Amino acid sequence: MRPGSNQAIRVEGVVKSFPAGDSRTFALKGATLDARFGELLMIVGPSGCGKTTLLSVICGTLRCEEGTVNVFGHDIRSMKDRALTQFRCENIGFIFQQFNLIPTLTAAENASIPLVLNRVKPSEAERRASAMLSDLGLAEKTRSFPRELSGGQQQRVAISRALVHHPRLVICDEPTASLDAASGQKTMDLLKSSALQPDRCVIVVTHDSRIYHFADRIAEMEDGKVTGIFDDPKNYHHA
Amino acid sequence: MLRIALKMLFRDRAKYAMLVSGLAFCTLLMCQQSSVFCGLMMWTTATVRNIGAPVWVVDAKVEQANEVIPMRQIEVERVRSVPGVAWAVPLYIGIEQARLADGSFQNVQLTGLDTGTLMGRPMDMRVGNIEDLRLPNAVVVDQVAVEKFGRKGIEIKLGTTFEINDKEARVVGICHVSRSFLGQPYIYTTFDRAMEYAKPSRKQLSYVLAGPIEGVSDAELAARISKLPGIRGIAKDDLFWMTVLWYIKNTGIPISFGTVVLLGIIVGIAIAGQTFYLFVYDNLRFLAALKAMGATMRVLTGMVLLQAFSVGFIGYGIGVGLVSWFGNAVLAKGQPPFFMPWQVPAFVAVVIAFICIFSATIGLIKIARLEPAVVFR
Repeated sequence: MRPGSNQAIRVEGVVKSFPAGDSRTFALKGATLDARFGELLMIVGPSGCGKTTLLSVICGTLRCEEGTVNVFGHDIRSMKDRALTQFRCENIGFIFQQFNLIPTLTAAENASIPLVLNRVKPSEAERRASAMLSDLGLAEKTRSFPRELSGGQQQRVAISRALVHHPRLVICDEPTASLDAASGQKTMDLLKSSALQPDRCVIVVTHDSRIYHFADRIAEMEDGKVTGIFDDPKNYHHA
Repeated sequence: MLRIALKMLFRDRAKYAMLVSGLAFCTLLMCQQSSVFCGLMMWTTATVRNIGAPVWVVDAKVEQANEVIPMRQIEVERVRSVPGVAWAVPLYIGIEQARLADGSFQNVQLTGLDTGTLMGRPMDMRVGNIEDLRLPNAVVVDQVAVEKFGRKGIEIKLGTTFEINDKEARVVGICHVSRSFLGQPYIYTTFDRAMEYAKPSRKQLSYVLAGPIEGVSDAELAARISKLPGIRGIAKDDLFWMTVLWYIKNTGIPISFGTVVLLGIIVGIAIAGQTFYLFVYDNLRFLAALKAMGATMRVLTGMVLLQAFSVGFIGYGIGVGLVSWFGNAVLAKGQPPFFMPWQVPAFVAVVIAFICIFSATIGLIKIARLEPAVVFR
């Protein structure tokens, strides 16, 4: 990655397989992709095409067998587990399909976790998490537990948790899959307005065609490979 | 993250309550049974502790304090002749039958103290004066006699009379001493009068009590006395442990109590281990999310250990508290035996710590095998 380049992530020829009985199933068969700072890149494709596996490889929760994975100038493949964990802690924010909010923690406590993991004092972390929740319209809900929140509100807490430590990469796995259409649109609106920064890259994996228009670019995957990059998402129609 | 770990634990009330109550029950079971066992062992050594002489001289074949093989009275003189003996006095201990005013009988442990010195006298006199033992037919009874005679409608007070082997005994004092293993009342009198109360036999000396001169230890004196043929000197502490070990080896008491203690450990491991595993299992998805977000295994290990030791500490505290309350209640009534030396809660603390480590390890193995990528599935 050249210094001063706008490229944030470069994935090239990535292969990843999983054991399946006596043989192996290949989830990624030489996937190649890049992502830029200041863009919302959407990875789309049918179920089982390798979207989530590619996302896991990019953020280092899965290690690939072949290819290169370069994130912000770091070769993820060559990083040791401990360094990779620390790298994720400092640089990546996560938004999951099932939110994964800890049910016994309040919204503010849930949102403060990345800060606490980055050694911010718990009281300061909660204060900053509460401020982030207020920015996302949940000022009244900072002390609420996840069970007391609607799906949309829970996803907003998850967005707060993903952004509270100002990561350079935000990873979203099917962020609208557990939401109704209106909440999904609202969540994406919020995500785009709050997450997108010039020094940040947002990658969203989805097969929800109703949110494709939020993307700056769309990477289409099929059978473990990126089969096309589309710079004009508004006119993208999956075949 | 440790604060978060505690919040996760304390706010999952059902599992928290289950874990704490399981460990409290386990502590209660182990602590209470061990204390009752220790109490029983203390009862077996009541005579040694009540009399309190530094060196006991017994027949060479005696194996423990409650086994009396009568000796000839000349043994007192033989013991006095041993170099290093400052003093030596006779002691009679025997089970006799007391006949009460209403005609009923009660087995009693008659203790005949050296008439001149009253060596081995009860230290805690509640009523009367021990010196009055030298009065005609005088006896001092313990709190068990008051209780047992009282159950038969006979109130023991100064001047109360009863018969021992058809000879009158008059109460001149009431003392408080450690109760005996068989629960018979202690009746104190002088050695000479004990010879009158006891059924006549050729040998009537139960023990010789001895003390060393300055510069000679109890054990050394005991060893010197043991060189005399036919008798054996035993230091007080040695006799205490000989007696305890004899009961451990020759009775089913340790097996019975040991089984319950083992059961406590198994119950603790089963309840705490299983519940803690469930607690970790239920939180697995969130722990995977934490892993993905950058929580190292060290952080997660710290969280799980803190959770395990928190419930362990609280459960242990409640368990020991309940046992102490139980102990105070039974001690007030004198039944059943209860003695909790510091070693008992210390031993239970070690067991509880082991259970916590075991439970946490089960959870940690699961977490260690957890791929953070599962959060995307």
